[in-house]
Amino acid sequence: MLTLDGLDIRQGDFRLRADFAVQAGITAVIGPSGAGKSTLLSVIAGFFAPAGGRVLWDDSNLTGAAPGQRPVSMLFQDNNLFPHLTIAQNVGLGLRPDLRVRQTDKARVTDVLGRVGLAGYAQRKPGALSGGQQSRAALARVLVADRPVALLDEPFAALGPGLRTEMLELVREQLHGRTVLLVTHDPDDARLVADQVILVAEGIALPPKDTAALFADPPEALRRYLG
Amino acid sequence: MHHWPGMTVAAIVLAVLLGSLLAVGLRADNFALGPADWAAVRFTVTQALASALVSVGLAIPVARALARRRFIGRGLLVTLLGAPFILPVIVAILGLLAVFGRGGLVNVGLDALGIETVSIYGFSGVVLAHVFFNLPLATRFLLQGWLAIPAERFRLAASLNAPVGRLLEWPMLRVTLPGAFVVIFLICLTSFAVALTLGGGPRATTVELAIYQAMRFDFDLGRAALLAVVQFSICALAAVLAWSVTVPDGFGAGLDRTVTRWDGGHWWLDGAAIALASVFLLLPLATIVWRGLPGLLVLPDMVWAAAWRSLVVAVTSAALAVGMALALALRGGRLVAVVGVLPLAASSLVVGTGLFLILYRWISPATLALPVTALLNAIMALPFALRVLGPAVTQVQTAFGPLADTLGLQGWARLRWLLLPRLRRPLGFSAGVAAALSMGDLGVIALFADADRATLPLVMYRLMGAYRMEAAAGAGLLLLILSLGLFWLFDRGGRVDADA
Repeated sequence: MLTLDGLDIRQGDFRLRADFAVQAGITAVIGPSGAGKSTLLSVIAGFFAPAGGRVLWDDSNLTGAAPGQRPVSMLFQDNNLFPHLTIAQNVGLGLRPDLRVRQTDKARVTDVLGRVGLAGYAQRKPGALSGGQQSRAALARVLVADRPVALLDEPFAALGPGLRTEMLELVREQLHGRTVLLVTHDPDDARLVADQVILVAEGIALPPKDTAALFADPPEALRRYLG
Repeated sequence: MHHWPGMTVAAIVLAVLLGSLLAVGLRADNFALGPADWAAVRFTVTQALASALVSVGLAIPVARALARRRFIGRGLLVTLLGAPFILPVIVAILGLLAVFGRGGLVNVGLDALGIETVSIYGFSGVVLAHVFFNLPLATRFLLQGWLAIPAERFRLAASLNAPVGRLLEWPMLRVTLPGAFVVIFLICLTSFAVALTLGGGPRATTVELAIYQAMRFDFDLGRAALLAVVQFSICALAAVLAWSVTVPDGFGAGLDRTVTRWDGGHWWLDGAAIALASVFLLLPLATIVWRGLPGLLVLPDMVWAAAWRSLVVAVTSAALAVGMALALALRGGRLVAVVGVLPLAASSLVVGTGLFLILYRWISPATLALPVTALLNAIMALPFALRVLGPAVTQVQTAFGPLADTLGLQGWARLRWLLLPRLRRPLGFSAGVAAALSMGDLGVIALFADADRATLPLVMYRLMGAYRMEAAAGAGLLLLILSLGLFWLFDRGGRVDADA
């Protein structure tokens, strides 16, 4: 279980607090722009040190660990693939960062590419793929990495509505059992795939609430955000 | 990334530059400068001032013409303006001799008209050669300034019928000119090869040339050390001067466009500026090829041996320069910024003298001539390599650093799978520049080498000194081909098959 224990995030005048645990399953992170959704994720990923509090995975304290040492995979808004490496190499990085892949690793990469609908694309470079296919390749890397936490920071924002829905359904289907935090600015995304929702607004990240219950009876801050 | 490679490189560069300085400082026991020494100081400073003044002054009309005229071959000409930077000095001087020398085209013409001929040796020759090298550089600096004026300003000025010169161009020049002037002044303070070939005698000896003569002819190490301290002081003063003005960036891209203007101006004036500058730059190059071709067929064996040594030195030096620059760029920070600028103000003759003083007690300097040359050339090329690599490294780390971090891509794996592939173009370009600079270098090698360890520029200089002009011309063409060829190969290697 991912626990944010009394987190206090400060950046100049900006301040954000978070104090809760996140269950396995998909949890959407919504809130106005500039509220600190991405900052919250980068603290969990280890890119930004909190001023106070701890990030825990089960019983181990992650605070201070390097990003690559955490049980966390992350998809960014862009630059999720290295343009000079093939799709197979990009995905293989999720297994072994030094790319010394064994035969069994290769089989796993092929398998995962099949699962995201990219069978036969292994030897292409990202530039030869469409935007939707690139998202699938990045997702494939999260799948092989087999880390229990996946942080998705609006990775599908540049896709059209149809493709985005498709990708979110793929996430729901393939990342089953992991703890997924999905930043989105579209409440419909949350309604579509999220089990729970974290609302980030006015300097605080509220504990996850059941999606249906939250939207049925939105609290004051969410009502202001939804307009 | 680990910090130790960058720190190691910084330590090596500082040890070589400051250690050699310490060596000359300790050796220079007698701090009294004689009249000849003062004459050398005066000549060094006045020729550099004159060279910078003429280069920048002539660059103004040329850059202005290039900024506002569109014509066939303009792109090629702008590219060609970058060529003298990697052109071996000794080769260019051979070309200048063919045009302005005793039996050169200009004097033949003057003679035919019954006008007194001119001499390329001494003050005017040194300035002429410096203008040949630095007029293109100054033109590129100023062209960049012109093209940095937004097109909208010209449109606004045109609609107001305001004077473009006073409103837009003069303010730009006031910012750009001092930087260009200081850079060229610094370059001319430390251009040993020009003084070696065109200077000399009591009225045209630079401090660097005096160091060389004290070492090679008189073996007066105390005097050489004293002169090295003097040369260092001059450079340090100039560097402080450079620090206080904005120094332009000579590698700027995007010089291949023109700005649409409405103020007209005399097209024939612009045309004349471009034509004269082109002839001045291209004629010497053409004569190198023209006169070198016959000599290429009858090159003495020692030229081929020297060419091979030069190639090895140049490639080694390029590898060192690029490796060191990459390590420094990955380390970043203030210390690296200092280490990256320091060689610009260093004189390779001063550093060479210092190293000579440190080494000669234990080992014959001649045996170390080639390794020392490769290392010093690499250090001297460091600022240019760092200028190119620094921003590129920052860009890669910004775009792909977070992804690499979450994947745990560190150390060698990060170098191999992220940095080297993404940096291929800047790596290739800076390796090309470093290789060409080293290939054409005639500085420290002249202090260290004997006949068996001479590089191609040094052999060429000795052939010229022995008046074997055909062999010298052939060697010059070979050197030109090798320098430009090395640059082209490295630069091309960085571009071929590079993924966007």
